[in-house]
Amino acid sequence: MTVNGANVANTRSDTGNERQWRLDPRPMGDGLLELSCAGRWCMDQDLPAAGMIVSELDNTLRLSFDTAQLSAWDTGFLAFLRALFVLCAERGISIEQDGLPNGIRHLLAMAAAVPEQKAAKRSNARQNLFFQVGAATVAFFRGAPEMLHFLGEITLSFGRLLRGRARFRLSDLWWEIEEVGPRALVIVSVISFLVGLILAYLGADQLRLVGAQIFIADLVAIGMVREVGALMTGIIIAGRTGAAFAAQLGTMQVNEEIDAFKTLGISPVDFLVLPRMLALMLMVPLLTLYAGFVGMLAGLLVSVAIFDIGMFEYYTETLRALELKHFLVGLSKGSVYGGMVAYAGCLRGMQCGRSAESVGEAATSAVVTGILLITISASLMTIIFYRLGI
Amino acid sequence: MNSAPHIEIRDLTMAYGEFVIQRDLNFVVNKGDIFVIMGGNGCGKTTLMRALIGLQRPTRGTVYYGGEDFWGVEPQEQERLKRRLGIMFQGGALWSSLTLAENVALPLKEYTALAPRRIGEIVSFKLALVGLAGFEEFYPAELSGGMKKRAGLARAMALDPDILVIDEPSSGLDPLTARRLDDLILELRDSLDTTIVVITHELASILGIGTNSVFLDTETHTMINTGNPKEAVVSGDLRVRHFLTRGEL
Repeated sequence: MTVNGANVANTRSDTGNERQWRLDPRPMGDGLLELSCAGRWCMDQDLPAAGMIVSELDNTLRLSFDTAQLSAWDTGFLAFLRALFVLCAERGISIEQDGLPNGIRHLLAMAAAVPEQKAAKRSNARQNLFFQVGAATVAFFRGAPEMLHFLGEITLSFGRLLRGRARFRLSDLWWEIEEVGPRALVIVSVISFLVGLILAYLGADQLRLVGAQIFIADLVAIGMVREVGALMTGIIIAGRTGAAFAAQLGTMQVNEEIDAFKTLGISPVDFLVLPRMLALMLMVPLLTLYAGFVGMLAGLLVSVAIFDIGMFEYYTETLRALELKHFLVGLSKGSVYGGMVAYAGCLRGMQCGRSAESVGEAATSAVVTGILLITISASLMTIIFYRLGI
Repeated sequence: MNSAPHIEIRDLTMAYGEFVIQRDLNFVVNKGDIFVIMGGNGCGKTTLMRALIGLQRPTRGTVYYGGEDFWGVEPQEQERLKRRLGIMFQGGALWSSLTLAENVALPLKEYTALAPRRIGEIVSFKLALVGLAGFEEFYPAELSGGMKKRAGLARAMALDPDILVIDEPSSGLDPLTARRLDDLILELRDSLDTTIVVITHELASILGIGTNSVFLDTETHTMINTGNPKEAVVSGDLRVRHFLTRGEL
């Protein structure tokens, strides 16, 4: 039986020469099968599978090769031979490689020199849905103690800071403050202006029904200063800074920089996490105040330009509506949100694995965790402030 | 038949702004060479490699592959020429979201019409060649530095390239693994007729496998020696002999 490449779609030719593979198993008696491999055995051809000649191997004890007519070969041929050798090994057929070109014999020998690590072998089969749900649940409950542990480490680090024993560079703190504060002004301005504008329109639409459009000023002022300014700033910072913290610390994990701190006896939480926590806890309240101011400015603009409310009238109503407690509530929320974002970013960064993919996952997870923590703390604080009558 | 040199570097100068890394490089890599680009730390070996493989346009001069001016042709032509190259980066540069098998299989899937089963066999063979049989389903993050490097070589070899460019093959490997890798490089040259360009400063590799070389000098920022490194030890420029004998000459 001769099998050749003409049976398949790939029948290329070059300068008139036949460039197809040909395979001819020849029983030579005494259990010897000689496999004649001729023509071109390269990856750009549709080469046969080793299983194609499995029936020929049934009464074979020894396999030899004739490659006198082999015109070209590459890894495609090597892969065929390797698969064939596996079939032979399963059937106890001995292989005589003398008929193979030297290069092939050497490369096959090199591939066989280091035995396959069967213990290392693992399946790539996808786990079923129940397994995945179970694994995710276990991972979640394992993650909770880790989060608490990290919170504890940060608390201890703050304790060392208060006692003047925390080790970090003030220049890092200043750099972080500049990075998370002034450099976020543009995006905070844009978002706060638009949110103030939306609040004003929303309020005007409802208040017009009872002829109380002047109270747009109250709605925007209290809404922006007390709640929305802090919430929007927190979410902006979670996307902008929380993700950056996770990516920075994650990359440091990949580069073993955090291990280097540990081996020097320097707490990475003191050196890396503390300045970031401080920077956000200090700057987010200020950004919150700024966001409130920009939001009120947007409300003023809409009220004066669209709803014919006088500028002085709006200003007076805003002053009447705002009390110190609103500022204090906004500032405290800003500070807590800042802390939450910093905590989520640093936690995910420090938990990062050792690959580029892990860094991406850490950044994504930091944003998700940050926004989740902001939402939970916003709800809790609203209830607490309501109970306290603030 | 094309009689142009396999790879020719002509008047190549590489600089970052005003800072010249290497200037006026002229040398030829012949088919079947194991060509070593050597020199001390910071001499510009990796920058030269980046110019060779199309990652960084040289400030002046160009690289010819089989007589075709790599930096003078259209981007599509550059892509075609790049397909003749297999690159092993210093740290392996494996894609972290893919398993080793997927890393090696990707070039085969992209540039051949092979059936998935055949790709699997080839991947398995390539990984076995670099001593990583059985690690197909591992992710790069689960491997040691040396294993990543070897897997990077398996990926570079995936398409049986004409030219294999290998950055620091032996650094970070134990002596036996480094020797095995050197043997593999020799075997690839002998069996598959692959031209190998090795960027290294590992003396054992330079003297063990190099058949031709260029020495890049850190101080003068240009090449000061070409030829077989074994001959350079005996009759090369004094600075090169100094380098190749670890300062004993």
